[in-house]
Amino acid sequence: MSSKYDVLVIGGGNAALCAAISARRGGASVLVLEGAPKFYRGGNTRHTRNLRCAHDAATEILTGPYTEEEFWQDLLLVTGGQTDEVLARHMIRESKDILNWIVEQGVRWQPSLGGTLSLGRTNSFFLGGGRAMLNALYLTAERLGVDVEYDAEVTDLVIEDGMFLAARLKRPIKGESEIRATSLVAAAGGFEANIEWLKQYWGDAADNFLIRGTPYNRGSILKMLLDKGVQEVGDPTQCHAVAIDARAPKFDGGIITRHDSVVFGIVVNKHAQRFYDEGEDIWPKRYAIWGRLVAAQPDQIAYIIFDSTVVTSFMPTLFPPIAGQTVAELADKLELDPAALEKTVTEFNAAVRPGTFDHTILDDSVTEGITPPKTHWARKIETPPYLAYPVRPGITFTYLGTRVNKEARMLMADGKPSANMFAAGEIMAGNVLGKGYAAGMGMTIGSVFGRIAGREAAKHARN
Amino acid sequence: MHGTRILDEADRLMTVCNSCRYCEGLCAVFPAMEMRRAFSDGDLNYLANLCHSCGACYVDYQFSPPHEFNVNVPKTLAVARAESYAAYAWPQALSGAFARNGLIISVIAALSMAAFILGFAALNDHSVLFGVHTGPGAFYKLMPHNAMAALFSAAFLYAILALVMSVRAFWRDIGTPIGGRADGGSIFQAVRDAGELRYLHGGGVGCYNEDDKPTDRRKLFHHLTFYGFLLCFAATSVATLYHYLWSREAPYPWWDLPVVLGTLGGIGLIVGPIGLFAAKMRRDPALLDEQRYGMDVGFIAMLFLTGFTGMALLVLRETAAMGPLLALHLGAVFALFITMPYGKFVHGIYRFVALVRYAQERRSEAGS
Repeated sequence: MSSKYDVLVIGGGNAALCAAISARRGGASVLVLEGAPKFYRGGNTRHTRNLRCAHDAATEILTGPYTEEEFWQDLLLVTGGQTDEVLARHMIRESKDILNWIVEQGVRWQPSLGGTLSLGRTNSFFLGGGRAMLNALYLTAERLGVDVEYDAEVTDLVIEDGMFLAARLKRPIKGESEIRATSLVAAAGGFEANIEWLKQYWGDAADNFLIRGTPYNRGSILKMLLDKGVQEVGDPTQCHAVAIDARAPKFDGGIITRHDSVVFGIVVNKHAQRFYDEGEDIWPKRYAIWGRLVAAQPDQIAYIIFDSTVVTSFMPTLFPPIAGQTVAELADKLELDPAALEKTVTEFNAAVRPGTFDHTILDDSVTEGITPPKTHWARKIETPPYLAYPVRPGITFTYLGTRVNKEARMLMADGKPSANMFAAGEIMAGNVLGKGYAAGMGMTIGSVFGRIAGREAAKHARN
Repeated sequence: MHGTRILDEADRLMTVCNSCRYCEGLCAVFPAMEMRRAFSDGDLNYLANLCHSCGACYVDYQFSPPHEFNVNVPKTLAVARAESYAAYAWPQALSGAFARNGLIISVIAALSMAAFILGFAALNDHSVLFGVHTGPGAFYKLMPHNAMAALFSAAFLYAILALVMSVRAFWRDIGTPIGGRADGGSIFQAVRDAGELRYLHGGGVGCYNEDDKPTDRRKLFHHLTFYGFLLCFAATSVATLYHYLWSREAPYPWWDLPVVLGTLGGIGLIVGPIGLFAAKMRRDPALLDEQRYGMDVGFIAMLFLTGFTGMALLVLRETAAMGPLLALHLGAVFALFITMPYGKFVHGIYRFVALVRYAQERRSEAGS
């Protein structure tokens, strides 16, 4: 293998592969360095399922139009305005073309069959899921002549005056080496699997976080870039965090540890106290807030409490619910104070003003006279067995990243664009996502900026 | 808890799959699974027989081994599927035939061929066995047509009876309500799905074999084998009609319908099984039910032998080799018939029944 390439892509997920393919199609020689072994290639893309794109009309796989303006409004809503409007609007405009471009790279779509995710209008679903999508991208990249190396740990980046020169590598068999390239695309993800780094911002609470993706997203490339003068963007405590089953493995539990049952019951902390309105909005819109809410509770643990009447209303779960014939028995099993949980449930039940329950809309079943209220889907919890899922914060990806411009070119601390360094995917997601999340946006950022980064990196290399 | 360890494992996997559902567009197994939240033995046997082992869910799934969730759907369902053949076998006393299937099939095949050769030798003069016979009725110089028809009808009818009884037990186990009937529309749908091997397409890219690059070769060879078998069956049926309706006796000239059908079918039964065997040799062991290797290869070998001896007989029927080749061919076909209910042949039957059930479920879901 040649040690000099036009474009070096560090990372192996959706953003990296879109960059590699787009650079290769732009005429550049391309090397992809994936830090993980082949099975774990692709970082969080392995666990994704869909992509959010603007489109002007319904298609075979999408039930209706999703205009640029609507996408922008959704982004404004979830980020509370913490987004770079120029970049975000640019991304949304480019996302329209990505739907077709990604199909040209061999990725296949499927209609949303499950019915449990109400995203059929805004999001396109990968046939077979994220790993299938990755497999297709890798096949295409390899067919086009992109070189790929696995287990390729980058130990250092040689950068002079904002100009990338070479990457130093440690490989299990080939040993240490240096790879030079005319352009760099950094698409190596966030630092969510780096607990030590997370603890800088979260303190010991981070020890109780579960990481939904691979253990390989340690942010080492991000750290090198920031240390070598690339401008940082984003709040380091902001991340995509959902409440996942506390019994999930520490890393890579992926999608199957999530719970979408919050709206059907109540959520209490280790003192058996409710702490947030469980009926605020429809899942999956509010899905991504519960990770942060649980992270703010003592010992970063909470319990979704419901009863036997609703068990078939949500997706089947990997871990079965914990059950008790009485609220006290359930509390015992959860190691909560039985009297406190009974009191919380009794008070909640007394406050329920039943309306017409309909979990597909913001219905009129509400509570009265308790804090916090439950503003929709409030129903008494009174039919044994009483059931519970223990949940902890499940971190998907972090938002601290490298600042980029519309060309996906990294900006240096002095505000000047780098001559030959580009970034795509989670490593620069914080440019668009100041906080919050809506399903499929991570993939939008990855595909759109990946494609741009590859194109621009190839253009630079050819000049 | 289920009847067997593999069903426990299948249950575990289906619980994982049901909480993920990324694979739902790949084949029928996953949508069928989604219609359930708990799985009886019958449900798991149904899903196992619905699986075509294309391998797509293994290659596409983020929790396949070496992930700690260790979700290997194709292999687990392959083992469960093979165990279901024994579980529904009729009579149950013969269910053990699935355990050492390769050995049993080869012994029966060898004995059948030997019996025909010895029978021909014992009942005929040397000069007849090794003589050159041509023209209509040539075969019957070695074995009278009525004896041939009686023997093969008996073997065939027994195989049909055993298969019907087995499938009945399977259908009762996978169907709700118990004893419910299949409707014509669902059967038609299943005929189409089975006929085109719809679910061996890996969700559209082709099935997986030796690595993570999809190809359609297994599908092609399966088509050659299956349609080759059907063509040979059709050739025999047409010949039977010729014999009884028009008193036209085999062997027929090369351009006549039974020979044309038999030749095309014979080519399919030679090329198809060789291709399937080669694909099996190369297949990623992670996807294979290695314990049932003998059963799979035994069945492939029987089909190949049937096709090969039939073609050899066609080519050499006007030489002195005709007698021994006829014995070999009849021996192979006889062994194929009587082992049908106790070997890999049943996979097609159970899969078809599972497809009928799936079509029915889809129709009732669409209607509700």
